[in-house]
Amino acid sequence: MIRSEILKEIAPILKDQLIVCNIGIPSQELHAIMDQPSNFYMLGTMGLASSIGLGVALAQDKTVISIDGDGSVLTNLGTLPTIGNNCPDNFILMIIDNGSYGSTGDQPTYTGRKTDLAGMARAAGCDTVVEVQDVDTGPALQAAIDSGKGTVMIVKCDSGNAKMPVITMDPVIIKDRFMKAIAS
Amino acid sequence: MNIDKKICDDLVANDVSFVTTVPCKQLAGVIEEIDQREEIFHIPSNKEDEGMGLCAGAFMGGKRPAIIMQNTAIGVTINTLATLTQFYRMPLPMIISYRGELREPVACQVEMAVHTKALLAQMHIPTYHFHWQDDVKEFDNILKYTFMCNKPVAILTDANFWGGYGDQ
Repeated sequence: MIRSEILKEIAPILKDQLIVCNIGIPSQELHAIMDQPSNFYMLGTMGLASSIGLGVALAQDKTVISIDGDGSVLTNLGTLPTIGNNCPDNFILMIIDNGSYGSTGDQPTYTGRKTDLAGMARAAGCDTVVEVQDVDTGPALQAAIDSGKGTVMIVKCDSGNAKMPVITMDPVIIKDRFMKAIAS
Repeated sequence: MNIDKKICDDLVANDVSFVTTVPCKQLAGVIEEIDQREEIFHIPSNKEDEGMGLCAGAFMGGKRPAIIMQNTAIGVTINTLATLTQFYRMPLPMIISYRGELREPVACQVEMAVHTKALLAQMHIPTYHFHWQDDVKEFDNILKYTFMCNKPVAILTDANFWGGYGDQ
């Protein structure tokens, strides 16, 4: 499965959840598949989906799911110890690990070679790290939500992108409706 | 006047309850003071752009954030300031240790100091420079201004403000 197929499959689970979605094609895919006010789309700033999601989770009680990528996490590796040492029970970092920089032409990342993100997350202090294959994402995500424990999920899947339109929504509107969804 | 206490008092009075830090020798006292305050959640960052991501999330989650860092961080956060903090219009007080200014003992720090105000000006970031301890009296107004206008705002605090590095 490629990322967009996973997103389509887990869309019913993501409904009404607070989502912080990674820059580029992942946000475009999520926007096209299931736009909702509780989705925060990153239009720029490679690497910070996990940090923004952690910030939201630490500031309030609702569950927050950051949908991140292997390339993005590698860009901001300092995020793993920060999560490992501060992870609240309402934060799920779901890293869709397709071993490539999808938005820039599927150049390979190091997770497709020797680098093991799950091992790095554990070594960084993350207590609950779950590795799943693409087809098992839905049940694993639901279990993470139901567990009420901060969780880092590594979802192994194939590289590839769906052709989706660029998000043209104004960033201030994205922020405003996300904040209203949090406060509601 | 204890400037560490004054800065923390103003943060608390302005309901700033989420602070991230990347340390500096000059900032050690204020970071220690923040850790004493129950009203403030302190989360250290490994890099300043990561910290700005945390602050963006905390703001959207309903908290007023602030970041404490060195001016060298301006060199690594330009993209985050432009495409996250400014693009989405979020407030962010940045309490910045202004290394490489008067009384600085380390020559390399001057290399970023000479670019700091120019970069902030290029980014259209409102910038204040605390050189004398009395300048801290403006901090309360700067915080109010930051959360009024929803912009990142820089407060540069130099070695003279913090009391220098002792005899040189």
